[in-house]
Amino acid sequence: MSIDPRTGPAPAPTGPLSTIDYSERIPNNVNLAEDRRLQRALEGWQPKFLDWWKTLGPALPTKDVYLRTAIAVGRDGWAHFDHVPMEEYRWGIFLAERDPDRVVNFGKHKGAPAWQEVPGEHRADLLRLIVIQGDTEPASVEQQRILGETAPSIYDLRNLFQVNVEEGRHLWAMVYLLHAYFGREGREEAEQLLKRNSGDVDAPRILGAFNEETTDWLQFFMFTYFTDRDGKYQLGTLKESAFDPLARTCEFMLKEEAHHMFVGTTGVQRTVERTAELMKEHGTADILPYGGIPLAVIQKYLNFQYSVSLDLFGSEQSTNAGNYYTSGVKGRWQETRRKDDHVLLDDTREMRLVEDGRIVTKTVPMLSALNLDLRDEYVADCANGVRRWNQALEDAGLDERLTLPHEGFNRKVGVYAGHHVSPDGEVLDEAAWQASEGEWLPTAEDRQAVAALMVPEYEYGKFAGWIAPPQTGINDQPVEFDYVHLAEEGLV
Amino acid sequence: MTLTTTEGAAVDFDAAPDRYKHWRLDLDGEIATVNLLVDEAGGLVPGYQLKMNSYDLGVDIELYDIVQRLRFEHPEVRSVVMTGGLERMFCAGANIRMLAQSSHAWKVNFCKFTNETRNGIEDATQNSGQTWIAALNGTAAGGGYELALACDQIVLVDDGSSTVSLPEVPLLGVLPGTGGLTRVVDKRHVRKDRADLFATKSEGYRGATAVEWGLIDETVPRARFDEVVRGRAQAAAANSRRPRQATGVVLTPLARTEDRDSISYSHVTARIDRDARRVDITVQAPAERPPADAAAVLALGVDYWPLAVTRQLDDLILRLRTNEHLIGTWVLRTAGDSGTVLAYDEQLAELADDWFVNEVRHYFKRTLKRLDVSSRSLIAVIEPGSCFAGLLLELALAADRQYMLAGVYEDVDPDAEPATIVVAASNDGAYPMGNGLSRLESRFWGHGDGLAAVRAELGKPLDAEAADRFGLVTVALDDIDFADELRIVLEERASLSPDALTGMEANHRFVGPETIETKIFGRLTAWQNWIFIRPNASGPDGALRRFGTGQRGDYDLNRV
Repeated sequence: MSIDPRTGPAPAPTGPLSTIDYSERIPNNVNLAEDRRLQRALEGWQPKFLDWWKTLGPALPTKDVYLRTAIAVGRDGWAHFDHVPMEEYRWGIFLAERDPDRVVNFGKHKGAPAWQEVPGEHRADLLRLIVIQGDTEPASVEQQRILGETAPSIYDLRNLFQVNVEEGRHLWAMVYLLHAYFGREGREEAEQLLKRNSGDVDAPRILGAFNEETTDWLQFFMFTYFTDRDGKYQLGTLKESAFDPLARTCEFMLKEEAHHMFVGTTGVQRTVERTAELMKEHGTADILPYGGIPLAVIQKYLNFQYSVSLDLFGSEQSTNAGNYYTSGVKGRWQETRRKDDHVLLDDTREMRLVEDGRIVTKTVPMLSALNLDLRDEYVADCANGVRRWNQALEDAGLDERLTLPHEGFNRKVGVYAGHHVSPDGEVLDEAAWQASEGEWLPTAEDRQAVAALMVPEYEYGKFAGWIAPPQTGINDQPVEFDYVHLAEEGLV
Repeated sequence: MTLTTTEGAAVDFDAAPDRYKHWRLDLDGEIATVNLLVDEAGGLVPGYQLKMNSYDLGVDIELYDIVQRLRFEHPEVRSVVMTGGLERMFCAGANIRMLAQSSHAWKVNFCKFTNETRNGIEDATQNSGQTWIAALNGTAAGGGYELALACDQIVLVDDGSSTVSLPEVPLLGVLPGTGGLTRVVDKRHVRKDRADLFATKSEGYRGATAVEWGLIDETVPRARFDEVVRGRAQAAAANSRRPRQATGVVLTPLARTEDRDSISYSHVTARIDRDARRVDITVQAPAERPPADAAAVLALGVDYWPLAVTRQLDDLILRLRTNEHLIGTWVLRTAGDSGTVLAYDEQLAELADDWFVNEVRHYFKRTLKRLDVSSRSLIAVIEPGSCFAGLLLELALAADRQYMLAGVYEDVDPDAEPATIVVAASNDGAYPMGNGLSRLESRFWGHGDGLAAVRAELGKPLDAEAADRFGLVTVALDDIDFADELRIVLEERASLSPDALTGMEANHRFVGPETIETKIFGRLTAWQNWIFIRPNASGPDGALRRFGTGQRGDYDLNRV
């Protein structure tokens, strides 16, 4: 692999690692060269993936992009940065190191050795979980396909592409599992992952949020903050799986996912910073005429993305989730750090729901409410980002604050589905909801107003007027670094 | 866990005339007399006395042996009289104390085996030229009358007190589970209201009414009883097609080696994987081409490959079914040369009119039927070196699923010949199932075009692609997928509810028309097995448990 004179070599790995073999057509650390079955399956799938990438991947033509590529899976030094033509990105298969002593940490198989093969008993469940997870990865690439045309900076454009290629790699990770462990059925499912497309009426993506249009960059940042964070939590539960290859795959995916969180957190933060700056400068919240996104609109975008992301956790009470847990297929977030028996047969918890027009609490068996358990973890994590953003408002001397809406707000799945709940947690009737919906969720006008601000800024180091520049660049490069070289036609 | 008798020994199906405890076989030229005289203390399991000529599995294992030996060892026997050795009581049926103390699984397996033996008696009458005649020298109650129902004709002594009866419903709160209800209406054509009266009247009916209703054929005073029975036996013998001058084939003891996890015979091996709850059964093709003609076939006798392999399979099925309840999946493989198997297949068809070959064919048919009604998941695995052709293809067709390797195991034997299967004429009717259809017809039930397409391929080796295209295998996968797919399928199977699997498989296996056999193994058995586990029968106050205590069953009166 060439070493870019401007960036130097990747840092020397210090943690335990298994080197990724880049001499292969498909980079991997799973000994692909010696696995005839996997080789055949993946080599058959690879051209289909590239076709998909060319057709439904980023639309903006580029020469190359300053991208991070995984070179080893150890704690440090797993990434290498270089300018790479995107279609030549080395998508590959990387699993975290295997711990030969790993055991099942929860459920009825607790204490037994982790599974290195799919047990027939759980094949259907595991296949379904992997397909659902796998379906989300290419979906977001499809959703974000045309965003490059309105990038607020070359720096942001690079981050978008980095997210896109990594979502592509996550698709590879899931496809690896399907190919390696699920035989012909797995191969068929892997093909279907490329055949379903976001927003396609005939063959939509499995989960609703992944068929929503990504209209603009504010929504992209909200998506990477809230919806990718859902992905992080789902991966966190699969990382606990008794099925070791899935656990190791997800462990490594989580490392990559952290970057997406970073893009979302800082993207919203920089938008809020610029908004605060304009509010102060002009002494008004209505900063649209000055080229900024009003805080109220940011709040509406937040409300929307947060609520549809909560829906991704599924019903608060779920027999499937309980079965997955008991059978060892899917654990809880940070399972091994929990201080309980990891079997949960006798545990209960509180759950809120709407009853007779009021939100009430009832006690339910813990095993039945594991989706809620995971969602609670997620909600707490989401609140951290909001605190950061509010710090920017406070630093600017403003009194306005962003808030997470109530968990029942705008929900289509679970106990709140079919009810109207205001962002403050007030149960509303249909008329009251209709009257205020436009104050809480982005209206067509709001989206148009934001879209009008989305003009591309492709000059190195320059930023669109609605967003503040970042503090630092990527990989210690300056902010004005040439992160993306656009193709000639891209510049036109 | 191996289900065993209470002494801890597995049930053995090896019986021989010199060791019969409960039956006496009298041979008199063309007429054989089978005499039931149960050794009261000779129960298979301790805890009950076989009074009043009542029977348990041990009694029935001997009966099965008799039926088989009459067919193979005695070509000269053209009719068989079944009678009892006790005064005034022909047979009181299955022993109630035995039933009451048995586990559910034991009862179910016991009923299945006894039903198969009754069907075998009917098969002898229909297909062997050995007409069975029940000479009821006393009362035939419950399973005793059901034994008689399996015979072609029933004669009851007219002594003013002997009756035929099915007292299970009124006395025991269960059904006559050995085909009684079915045969009364379906075989003997007794009107349903009379059948209803009969099956609820515990003492049953004496000769005159029994004859009038069709429950029996004739009732005769004691003085003329033997003469009438003999007359019927002679008449039946006169109509038989069995050869006048022929030598029988002695069913010598099976050579079998066993250890904890395997059972092996010369042509059949079974290896049990207890952790996986699975047994891998391999049936070996013959090494030699078939002998030249009928005389040479007969000279080989029990060593004639089709008979040898059938006996071994039959014994294996019975042992696994009775002694290995936890082994829920049977994986069926074959090994050897398809050409040789097909040569035997052709010979069995060519010599079908020969009495011995006829017996072999029908025995193979009955053994396949045993497989059909076995409550185990049957998975056929078709790999290079296998010989699923003609009669051995029946094993694959009997299976719930067929997995076929396309190509060869590249890493094991890249030069092997890829597996093929061959559908032969014998698959199209020589070995019908209980529903009267061939397994091929059953497979293509409702798909006449699919059946026609396969019929056009008779005799041609079909590779995995073709077998898949013609719908003869469930999946054809190459070696890259095969082993893992099979492993997962078998694990998945082992994880499902055994009860649901038994029910599901029994439903899928028998398409199309109902016959007496399918009704017995379906309707009668399924209801009986449900009734067996209901408290009204087997609860502490149930009729079966209370029988003989002086108290009647205390029922939950809700109709379900």
